[in-house]
Amino acid sequence: MTYLAKPKLLRADAPRNTLGYTRRDYEGAISTLCAGCGHDSISAAVVQACFDLDIEPHRVAKLSGIGCSSKTPDYFLGASHGFNTTHGRMPSVLTGAALANRDLTYMGISGDGDSASIGIGQFAHAMRRGVNMTYIVENNGVYGLTKGQFSATADKGSKSKRGVVNNDTPIDLVALALQLGASYVARSFSGDKEQLIPLIKGALRHRGPAFIDVISPCVTFNNHAGSTKSYDYVREHNDAVNRLDFILPRDQINTSYAPGSLRRIVQHDGSVLLLRKLDKDYDPSDRVGAMNHLQERHALGEIVTGLLYVDTSAEDLHRHLNTVEKPLNQLGDAYLCPGSKALEALNASLR
Amino acid sequence: MHQLGVGVPLTALAQHTVSGDRAHVKPTNIGAPDYFHKVVDCQWACPAHTPVPEYIRLIAAGHYSDAYMINWRSNVFPGILGRVCDRPCEPACRRGRVDKEPVAICRLKRVCADLKDDIQDRLPRAPEKKNGKRIACVGAGPASLTVARDLAVLGYQITVFDSGASPGGMMRSQIPKFRLPDDVIDEECGYIINLGVETRYNHWVGSLRELVEGDWDAVFVGTGAPRGRDADIPGRKEAAAHIQIGIDWLANVAFGHTTKIAKRVIVLGGGNTAMDCCRSARRLGGEDVKVVVRSGFEEMKASPWEKEEAIHEGIPILNMLVPKEFVHDNGRLTGVLFEKVRAEYDAKGRRSLIPTGEPDVLMECDEVLVAIGQENAFPWIEKDIGLEFDKWGMPVLNQETLQSTLPKVFFGGDAALGPKNIITAAAQGHAAAISIDLFCRGKSLQQRPPPMVNLASQKMGIHEWSYDNQVSEEERKKVPVKALEKTLKDIKLELELGFDPFMACAEAERCLNCDIETVFTVKTCIECDACVDICPTECITFTSNGEEEDLRGRLKAPAKILDQALYVSDVLKTGRVMVKDENICLHCGMCAERCPTGAWDMQKFFLQCAEAGTEARRT
Repeated sequence: MTYLAKPKLLRADAPRNTLGYTRRDYEGAISTLCAGCGHDSISAAVVQACFDLDIEPHRVAKLSGIGCSSKTPDYFLGASHGFNTTHGRMPSVLTGAALANRDLTYMGISGDGDSASIGIGQFAHAMRRGVNMTYIVENNGVYGLTKGQFSATADKGSKSKRGVVNNDTPIDLVALALQLGASYVARSFSGDKEQLIPLIKGALRHRGPAFIDVISPCVTFNNHAGSTKSYDYVREHNDAVNRLDFILPRDQINTSYAPGSLRRIVQHDGSVLLLRKLDKDYDPSDRVGAMNHLQERHALGEIVTGLLYVDTSAEDLHRHLNTVEKPLNQLGDAYLCPGSKALEALNASLR
Repeated sequence: MHQLGVGVPLTALAQHTVSGDRAHVKPTNIGAPDYFHKVVDCQWACPAHTPVPEYIRLIAAGHYSDAYMINWRSNVFPGILGRVCDRPCEPACRRGRVDKEPVAICRLKRVCADLKDDIQDRLPRAPEKKNGKRIACVGAGPASLTVARDLAVLGYQITVFDSGASPGGMMRSQIPKFRLPDDVIDEECGYIINLGVETRYNHWVGSLRELVEGDWDAVFVGTGAPRGRDADIPGRKEAAAHIQIGIDWLANVAFGHTTKIAKRVIVLGGGNTAMDCCRSARRLGGEDVKVVVRSGFEEMKASPWEKEEAIHEGIPILNMLVPKEFVHDNGRLTGVLFEKVRAEYDAKGRRSLIPTGEPDVLMECDEVLVAIGQENAFPWIEKDIGLEFDKWGMPVLNQETLQSTLPKVFFGGDAALGPKNIITAAAQGHAAAISIDLFCRGKSLQQRPPPMVNLASQKMGIHEWSYDNQVSEEERKKVPVKALEKTLKDIKLELELGFDPFMACAEAERCLNCDIETVFTVKTCIECDACVDICPTECITFTSNGEEEDLRGRLKAPAKILDQALYVSDVLKTGRVMVKDENICLHCGMCAERCPTGAWDMQKFFLQCAEAGTEARRT
């Protein structure tokens, strides 16, 4: 943790994206999390992903709940819209925002406490309703802000910093997301940005609920021997099913791999998900297969990562509800509030 | 793309990397003094290796006398150099690579000289009891005086000979007083003379043989490059009364023999002497003064700031014009004829000036100052005493020891390796003093004492360092000057006022503290990426090792400047290595503040060159 703001001095050859922004333009305030927190790496990955995608920061809305994870939207995209909701209520506030203005890119940042405990109902309904958003859970298995009690995602049998063994069954948010109908589901690790950044990019350009569970070690309370969410444990038990390269429609694909080792998935906007298979039998379009694989590997103590499921034909909430395309703030008062006569006519039609 | 850390046991990864086929960059040896010294670019670039960031921090803290003493120890003439140094440090300054302009290192040096207290009691004293060795120094310029200082405090009896009436050499005779007032020279030369150095002013040494055969244990030659090159073109002889050699004219101005110049003056040449000539001419009554140079503006030898100052004083600089003839009317100079040229470069990058074919240009003038270069001259050194000269008329020297082919004769300053600058003269003076001391003690000149080096953590608390690690975003401060109308009337009136304490502090804060080094410990690193994420200039990368060229290209920010080192760690737990590009590190310490395990630490690297009398390391 540092109190100083990052100096603005830049190298002369700092890369700029097509909007003319540098990576630094996608940063936010200086983080006040503990030094070495995995969450800061996730923030850095979000910065890189938005920079690479030439996203205009003012066209992004980032929402979060309460917790260490939910502080992080302050640390990236300083020029975007932001909203800190009450604990666990990010999904419903985000749903409301998305309904009001579908033109923004929505990013929900949450943690294992915020999404798997107090907000699990909210999480479940955002997934099943098909809200068009990128839902990132920064998952460290402990309640960091209250000094390290086990959270609902802590593995059974894992040990706290003081040696207490967790006897409760963990909630696997990835399994839940799959079951509840999320159309882009991934798991990654804060200590592996090469895997994480493309997954975030794919999610930001996905239509429908995209869920990424990012294991993010808590250096202060959950990075010891006996923890299953420490840097060392995750590195040793990381079982990636594939490696994603995200390719924008404007970019050329110039990688070559042995036939059968590569899977090419085109999203609705023309962006391409190039999946290099690490597990040759894994099929990311098979929801049930994904759920089975997850359970099998979890039983062996392994952490399955990668793009686990994607359905590019999925529809989102707006389509389901047949909402108006224009953002509400562009419709004008007369249209939004047609007056008492219109209301009477509507009521009459329903009698 | 590598797939490290993915589903493979750590041990297997490590083995894979170590036994890989590709050549790997070896872990950086930060124990070698040169490694971190090179990171302190300003100190590395300074011929005398002045610990620049250290004295700049002291200035920011208001400890001017301490800052002065650090300078005095390294470069002997802080007040003089703070006004007229060639500043090799500033183009090297890291700040210049991340900001518009480097730190005003030179003018900060002047600050510590201006604002210091009386430092007399801090100066070393010569021992009462001498060691019985007598050293003759020929010339009382910066090189000789440095030798005198370094050896006098060891008990040597030093005698300095100079043809002038006071010490300083060309610092006094060549540099106009409006840039370097006499009292500054008097003070700093005085510190040395007061060490009990015997002076023989107004004494022209006419024979080296006499000294060599005389009762001297060693002779140091610091006679500078006293001869100005002439422009040997038609009309030179006829109009001789109106054509002067720049350095001779400057000396006459310095000593008050010349107090006037004609209204229309042309200065030939593009070096710093030409700049001094034209600016002096402006002050002695020259109204239409111009500088005419063979080369292009950018290739001129003069320092950019000296050119700027000349232009500021209303002096045009005209380029790509080669003087062809001094035009005169029965010996009365009327102008100079120039041929227009353009530059062409051959495959080896050598320049030749090709006439453009355009008509020649006649520029009218009444007086010409020729400042087209300086040469060495040793008319007083006999050719048969065993001292060899090379085909360019320069003494044959050992470049490191500065010893000539006559073992007891040493050279330094412009007299040694050709005209350079004051700071080089001081550096060579130190080197020669070490050699003379070793020589007089009968030791090998090659067994030279190593520099004193220290590396110590600056951590004071969780986010506290002993230095101000917040990087200033202020722009370079301009030194305030006196009004031009006033200074153009009085050639002795110093133009620059120097920084006041507030400006000095603001400018000092711009220093990036490049001597506070980032030191990385492999065994405590948990590879959490915190340092990578926080680094403002993206100079840290964790990746698989490889050949240097490949590695440089794979960094988060590719390291394109090849003469800037990569700091490469030993193999980490995941089989990767930490690679840091030293080039644009701001030394802000954020990596160390963010590191949860203290694998990064900020440690101050302090290097002070050896002085004469320091013992060499026993091997």
